[in-house]
Amino acid sequence: MIPEVISKQPIAGKCTPNLRDYAADYARFSWADARAELSGLPGGGINIAHEAVDRHAAGGRAEKVALRWLGKDGTRRDYTYADLRELSNRFANVLRGLGYGAGTRVFVLAGRIPELYVSVLGTLKNGSVSCVLFSAFGPEPIHTRLEIGAADVLVTTETLYRKKIAGLRERLPQLRLVLLVGDGDAVTTEPDTLDFRRLLAAAGTDFQVENTSPDVPALLHFTSGTTGKPKGAVHVHGAVVAHHVTGRLALDLHPEDVFWCTADPGWVTGMSYGIISPLTNGVTSIIDEADFDAERWYSILRQERVSVWYTAPTAVRMMMKGGTEAARRHAFPELRFIASVGEPLNPQAVMWGVEAFGLPIHDNWWQTETGGIMIANYAAMPIKPGSMGRPLPGVEAAVVHLTDDGRIAICKPGEEGELALRAGWPSMFRTYLGNDERYRKCFVDGWYLSGDLARMDEDGYVWFVGRADDVIKSSGHLIGPFEVESVLTEHPAVAEAGVIGKPDPVQFETVKAFVALKQGYEPGEALRRELLGHARKRLGAAVAPKEIDFLPALPHTRSGKIMRRLLKARELGLPEGDTSTLEGGT
Amino acid sequence: MSGPDHDRLRAAIFEAITAIAPEIDSADIRSDQPLRQQIDLDSFDFLNVIIRLHEILGIDIPESDYGELLTLDRAVEYLARRCGSGDAGK
Repeated sequence: MIPEVISKQPIAGKCTPNLRDYAADYARFSWADARAELSGLPGGGINIAHEAVDRHAAGGRAEKVALRWLGKDGTRRDYTYADLRELSNRFANVLRGLGYGAGTRVFVLAGRIPELYVSVLGTLKNGSVSCVLFSAFGPEPIHTRLEIGAADVLVTTETLYRKKIAGLRERLPQLRLVLLVGDGDAVTTEPDTLDFRRLLAAAGTDFQVENTSPDVPALLHFTSGTTGKPKGAVHVHGAVVAHHVTGRLALDLHPEDVFWCTADPGWVTGMSYGIISPLTNGVTSIIDEADFDAERWYSILRQERVSVWYTAPTAVRMMMKGGTEAARRHAFPELRFIASVGEPLNPQAVMWGVEAFGLPIHDNWWQTETGGIMIANYAAMPIKPGSMGRPLPGVEAAVVHLTDDGRIAICKPGEEGELALRAGWPSMFRTYLGNDERYRKCFVDGWYLSGDLARMDEDGYVWFVGRADDVIKSSGHLIGPFEVESVLTEHPAVAEAGVIGKPDPVQFETVKAFVALKQGYEPGEALRRELLGHARKRLGAAVAPKEIDFLPALPHTRSGKIMRRLLKARELGLPEGDTSTLEGGT
Repeated sequence: MSGPDHDRLRAAIFEAITAIAPEIDSADIRSDQPLRQQIDLDSFDFLNVIIRLHEILGIDIPESDYGELLTLDRAVEYLARRCGSGDAGK
């Protein structure tokens, strides 16, 4: 039985939640007070890396473990706040020394290795813009993002460089500097690259953090739209106020916590909550290099004494498949709070947390564009399983619809509409790189329109309904159908392709492609496999379709666009809805 | 260790993998190196490979044993043990 409401009692022997009384804390909150929790720079600016690292390294937390890195092979390495200060200073000096100053764009393509974290923090200190790409991307998504992002510098590993980058260099004239982290101890020898570790070892350990003002770009995160290429959302140094305070309120971070965010920094969660927020909050943050493995994860939670755990619905549902016994074989006396983000957490998964860990799982909601958690279930607030919770203090959220004259109207409780946020919170994105027009279209009457459909109940809890567009939510990632379709149509056999998100009990949605073949090609298992292999090689497993079906032709609108909505309705056996714009339709 | 049984298991593993990742050439796989470092499989793909293996061999692989499938060699040994212990479906 799933209760409608899970009420909360204080957990004996555990710290008091940071947010104790939702209504009172929401009313009392101000962003100015939140800003005052941080120190700022002597020159009057604010810099994410200073707040995350140097502030602690200069104070009482210098020798506290900031990052505990767990390698795939069982290695365990601790980095104190003082270590991180020194290493990030070294990397900032490497950039400066090679002539890359404020405003240059420094990308990282790597697994969760320590050098990734050092690069990001050093880049921020240098006043450069940091962009981490998911290392499981194939060459095509990597190329698109390096090109749109006009990357000046790329930090990557020797293996990834050979596999995915070397073949792209000619198509990336802007990319002037590539730094390689070697696979072994030997100095890397790839042409047109420099060795990361050697440069780092030779660099100075002092660095004066760039005096960035709050509106200076700091982070670039790519996200997918329905049409066209991925969009590069730009975030500024002032966003750190939101990174910090949302970690404190929504994840209930206390300085004594051991925190584990399982997201990869190639996605916004892995940046805001895998790097920045735990450090600004002065906790010890766990980084696991390895991919998901339920047994390994239970062991980490237990052995590392994780107290706050932030993960994703797909991982939760994969753990559920293994049964609660697998979890119960371990004991988790330190674990106090579990949260999840990426796609809606089903009530069964919320309750599974209670069965497996004795703790419900707290869903929350935000997007690449919002930079930080916007709506959440809190440690001291009752949960309604299936709801994403209530807006963070400082965040005004509403479910809205557009009136006929293009204005915003707020929906009544229970009514479905688009989830919108009043513009102005510190971690709000400031543009889509090179596409300010598309950015401006996200705002109406001072509200940011999220593209997610939702309803808000009478108690102010928000419930996810669906996407307003064709973007696919899969395993916590947003996948743009256009990016997948483009790669499929590169194949000589494919005339056109339409890609949808097919509902899936584990992934939320799974990427499914429909293709129509050119004349002279016959559908069949061999060709299906060939197309699947082609897409996987070009896109990588995280983006490539999991299923491909052949169709004689795809449905189009009269203006020639593929009607993905109709493909999806047919796949699900649903009514086809309004097909009045269908080409040759009624 | 090798033999007809091991060859059959090796072939079954490749059948399961290439159903999910058809771009893989079995000749490129180093059998003593972690499979997921050589094949681009996300967690969901990996789960599907296990489901395929179950379909092909009729062996249930509990989640706590996934670590046994780290490399091709280890996976073959593990599956051989499971077949030998009589709990295989065929």
